[in-house]
Parts: sequence; structure tokens; C-alpha cells
Amino acid sequence: MAGNVSTLVYVAKHRQRRSLKDPLWVRVLLIGAALLFVGLFLLVPMASVFAEGLKKGWGAYFAAFRDPDALAAIRLTLLTAGIAVPLNLVFGLAASWAIAKFEFRGKALLISLIELPFAVSPVVSGLVYVLLFGAQGWWGPYLPSGEHPWLGSWLNGQDIQVIFAVPGIVLATIFVTFPFVARELIPIMQVRGNDEEYAALTLGANGWQTFFRVTLPNVKWGLFYGVILCNARAMGEFGAVSVVSGHIRGLTNTMPLHVEILYNEYNIQAAFAVASLLTLLALVTLVLKNLVEWRHRRVLEAATASTTRQFIS
Amino acid sequence: MSIEVKNVSKHFGSFTALAGVSLKVESGRLTALLGPSGSGKTTLLRIIAGLEFPDASDDRAAGRVLFHGEDVSDVPVGRRGVGFVFQHYALFRHMTVAQNIAFGLTVRPRSERPNAKVIAGRVEELLQLMQLGGLGGRLPDQLSGGQRQRVALARALAVQPKVLLLDEPFGALDAQVRKDLRRWLRSLHEKIHVTTVFVTHDQEEALELADEVVVMNHAKIEQSGAPQTVYDRPASPFVIEFLGNVNRMAALAGKPNATGKDVLYVRPHDVDIQRGQAGEHSLLARVLHVFSAGSYGRISLQRTDNGEAFEAEIARDRLLDLDLQQGEVVSVLFRHVRLFPKGQLYEADVTNGQLSETAPGYRPAHGSGEHI
Repeated sequence: MAGNVSTLVYVAKHRQRRSLKDPLWVRVLLIGAALLFVGLFLLVPMASVFAEGLKKGWGAYFAAFRDPDALAAIRLTLLTAGIAVPLNLVFGLAASWAIAKFEFRGKALLISLIELPFAVSPVVSGLVYVLLFGAQGWWGPYLPSGEHPWLGSWLNGQDIQVIFAVPGIVLATIFVTFPFVARELIPIMQVRGNDEEYAALTLGANGWQTFFRVTLPNVKWGLFYGVILCNARAMGEFGAVSVVSGHIRGLTNTMPLHVEILYNEYNIQAAFAVASLLTLLALVTLVLKNLVEWRHRRVLEAATASTTRQFIS
Repeated sequence: MSIEVKNVSKHFGSFTALAGVSLKVESGRLTALLGPSGSGKTTLLRIIAGLEFPDASDDRAAGRVLFHGEDVSDVPVGRRGVGFVFQHYALFRHMTVAQNIAFGLTVRPRSERPNAKVIAGRVEELLQLMQLGGLGGRLPDQLSGGQRQRVALARALAVQPKVLLLDEPFGALDAQVRKDLRRWLRSLHEKIHVTTVFVTHDQEEALELADEVVVMNHAKIEQSGAPQTVYDRPASPFVIEFLGNVNRMAALAGKPNATGKDVLYVRPHDVDIQRGQAGEHSLLARVLHVFSAGSYGRISLQRTDNGEAFEAEIARDRLLDLDLQQGEVVSVLFRHVRLFPKGQLYEADVTNGQLSETAPGYRPAHGSGEHI
């Protein structure tokens, strides 16, 4: 064992074998081209977001967030993500569990359905909701508004509006972000197979115990990653939300929509200030993801090291 | 705890995995389900465990599984009291070895669950029994194949199963570890005496390890019995070909009762080689090759009458005495042959030049006569 570990360390240290090395100019050229590309298309645009936002100083930067409409947009974005992400976590987990662990008729169809939001343009998704729930839409006329004697007493008199209101925004966001969790989990669960679940069952675990103590811990990193991606998209979604929102300031504007409005009003600095907040959100999720991965790796390494020590002593 | 399987059938789509199989395993025995891949042995094991269920058709009730005379066919897997060891161990990767072993105890309802101290004691006891002392804190990924196999076994035994079921327990291990673990499992069985059924496609493993061998082929049981019995008295051409080396050749032409299509089986170690002419019970063969490196001598021979090649195994000192030369023609005596005329079983023994025949199912109407 000790020998194995030192071999591993050796391989890790000397992974760059001379036989695998390319001439210096090739390496410089390729690495340089890659760095240039990343810099031009990722780093510079991202930095410019912050630069533009801060162009008029920190005072103006923070003033952009004190605007009540901006605050409302931030609140709505958080609310939308707060509803859409947990729902999609549950839906995605259930769907991938069903697809990976069971055989049933229509499985291929279900997989295609889950991927549909990726294939459809977000604008189309938004339009579909308008078509369904809009005042002239299929179900729109049946939504409770005003007096409906055939509705229950609670709903009677309630004016539930979906399109150009918060429910529509949430629905559109759920639709657009639906595939993220499931797409992340299905391949992981399929690779793992069913043997561990079967083992848990033979040991007397019931369905819930098997799910929460075996299935879920096995996919927790994939799940976490899926949730991070889902959240990033939920907060950043523009197209579908734009169609159903109606752009009512202070009421149905999410952060991306607010950025657009500010930009169209030539309030460039404020637009970039709000945009920088969105960028920051993305950066935080990325850092969070890396932190989680790094910690996971460290736990594994610590376990290996301690057992190795045990073995040597 | 005895196991009884009654008339179990199982289909996967158009594939027949089991066709009306019945089996009885006595309490405390170590039984091997032996067969080539696709013979239905793993399916049978999973049905005993309750991981699969027998087919029921309109005209016939589903087969039953009984533990100690009690019908458990409708008892779910978790309540059957079986310990199941999977071919690839199926250890919980995110749990330590100790947590893996304790799993079956910690998922019990609160009223039946032993307290943490008892569980820890039981885990430690099993770690010692499995020679895994000090490895309780490791993750399965940090263990060797043989260690993982023993953790899987410990995890299955932790719930004190009435029946232990192992699916290809040594399939994923290399040859040396396999041999060690095989002996170790045998001694473990002597110690704990749990009724055990294991699946294997390795005839050597089955014959060496088991009290009882059940040979399966094409969704059916071909024969079951003690290792010695199935090896020495195989009930069908399949069993004799599957268990150990055997020479397969046409029955001797010109002898009564042999049609020429009949098949004769003789094990290499039942072939005796002598110098001299063909006798009443022997035939002539040419020596093709002599392999003397090994614990016994192996000789390739070719019959002079019909050109069929076959092998003989004789002791090293006998080989030395004979001093066979390549190309030489020798007289060959088959001490013990099995003949399957038209699917019927027929045996013949030659000892000291005397022929004796035992023919279960043999009908004199076919005419009796010597076969060698």
C-alpha cells in the first residue's frame, strides 16, 4: 500500500513525461492563442461590465441599487429563483430517478420532453404561455377574474392573472430551467446502476431509506452542480420572461429586464451597475461550485492519508 | 434454514431464463449453482432472494419459494432474512467500511434497532471475523478487490441472515486472491453454518467449495448432487462436458449396439496406455505428442481406426516407465467410459480386463454387448 501511494505521488509529480512534450514554440503558440481567446471573449467583457458600472464612482454605482424599481427587480428575481429552483430540484430528481432506475413504456418520450426547453427558443416558450394563459388564450378566459358563480368562495372574486404578472414569470422560468437538474443527474445515476439500491433493499431498508441514504448521497455533487446551473439560468433568463412579463416597472421586471430598460433609456452606467450584480452572482456560484469540489477532494485525500498512515505505522 | 423452490419459471421478453425449475437446499449446506452464462443460475438466485419474482401465467400459478417449509414467495426482499452478496459487491461508496457493515442494523425501525454501542460492537466483531481489523474507517474505493468482497460479506452477515446468497462471489478477482478467498469462505462456512447458495460458472470452484452442486443449462437443472457424484456419474452429455476435461468421440464402430452416431465420453485420466496389440477391450492409437511438464503427463493420441484425436493423463513415473516415442502406435484401454446412445445414459467399466456395465435406463431390447 505504502509502495502504491509513493508510486502515485511519483506519477503525479512526473506526469509531464518528456516524450509527451511538444517543442517550445508549439506550446507557446497554442497556450498563447488559448489565453488570447479567453481574454478577448471572456475576461475583457466581464471586466468591462464592472468598469462601466463604476465609471461614475462608487456613489453612482450604489445609487443604481437604491432606485425602488431596481430593488423591486432584485426582489422579483430572487423570488422567481427561490420558487423555480426548489421545484425543479424536486422535479429533476424525481424524473432522473424514474428514468435511470426503472424501465417503463414511454421512457424515450419522457427524456425528449425533459430536453424540450433546451431545444425550444426561450421566446417561443414565453409565447406558449401567453397563448395558454393570456386573456385571449386557451385557458385565459377560465382563470378566475371578477365574478364567477361556479367557482369556490375563495377563488370567487380573486383576480388571478398569469400573464403580465408574477405567476407567468415563475412559470416561464420553471419551464426554461427544467432540464438542468435532470440532465446532470440522469447520466450519473445510469452509470451507478441499481446494485446499491438492491443491496439496501436486501438489508431491510425501505424505499425512503434507500432513496435518502443510498441514491441521494451518491448523486449529491451532481445534484449540487445541477442546482447551481439551474439557479444561474433562473436568475439570468431573459427571453421567455421578457415575453410574459409585460415590463411593468416595480412589478413585473426581473433584473435582466431592468438592465434592458435602463440601457434603452441611455442610463448606461446604471444598466451596467445592475448587470454587474448579475455577473457577481454568476461569479459567486462558480466560486461556490469550485469550493465544494475542492472540499470534497480534500475529504477524500484526508481519508486516504489517514488510512495510509495507519497502514504504515 | 432449508430452501425449497417449486416449479419456477421466468422470462425476460422472449428469453427464457428459467423453465419450471424445482430445487431443494438442505439446512446448513453450502450449495453451488453452476452453469454457463445465460443458463438461469443468477436469475434463480435472485428469485430465492426476492429481487426477482417468478412468472405467473393464466393457466399456471407462479412458482413458489419456501424457506424452512414456509412460503415466502410474497414476502418482500427486506423481510426474507437473506444476506445477498453482489457480483460487483455493490458497497455504498459514500460510506466507510464500518458504516457499510452497520447499514442493515441502522435502517431497522427504532423499536427493533440495537443501540449505537451494540451496533459498533457487532461491526467490530465482523471486522475481526473477516480479517478486516483496522479498516473500518476506510472508504470502499480505498480497498483491494478481496477486501471489498469481504466487506460485502460482512455487511450481509451483520443482519444475521437465515440464508446467505452469493452471486459470482469470486468473479471479479484475480486467480491467486480467488483461491485464497475460496478456502477462506469454506472455513467461514464451517464456523457460521448459514445455509449458503452461490452462483458460479467455474466448475473447479463449485467442485472444490460446495457440499452440493446444481448444474444448470438452458433454463433448467441438468443434475444436482455431491461434487463427487456429478463428476463421476454425470447424468447428461452436457454435465460430463461442462465438468472437467473429457474426450468426446464416436462410439466404436463394428461393435454391437453402436450405430456410429452414438457418442462416447472418456476422461483423460481414465485412459491407460500399454505397449502391445489391441486386446478385447482396447484399441490402437498413435502418439502425437507428449507433455511431461506438470504434475502428471499429458499425451495427445490419435485413433488408428477413425483418426479421432484424444488426450490421456497418466502419472509421471508411469510415463517414465513407458518411454513413449512420438509416432509410436500403442494399445489404449478406456477404464471407464460413458456412452449416450440416442440420449440414453450407459456406462461401462473395465477393471482387470473384465467388463461390467451399469446402465440406468438401459433396455436389453436394444441388445446387450460390449462397447469397448
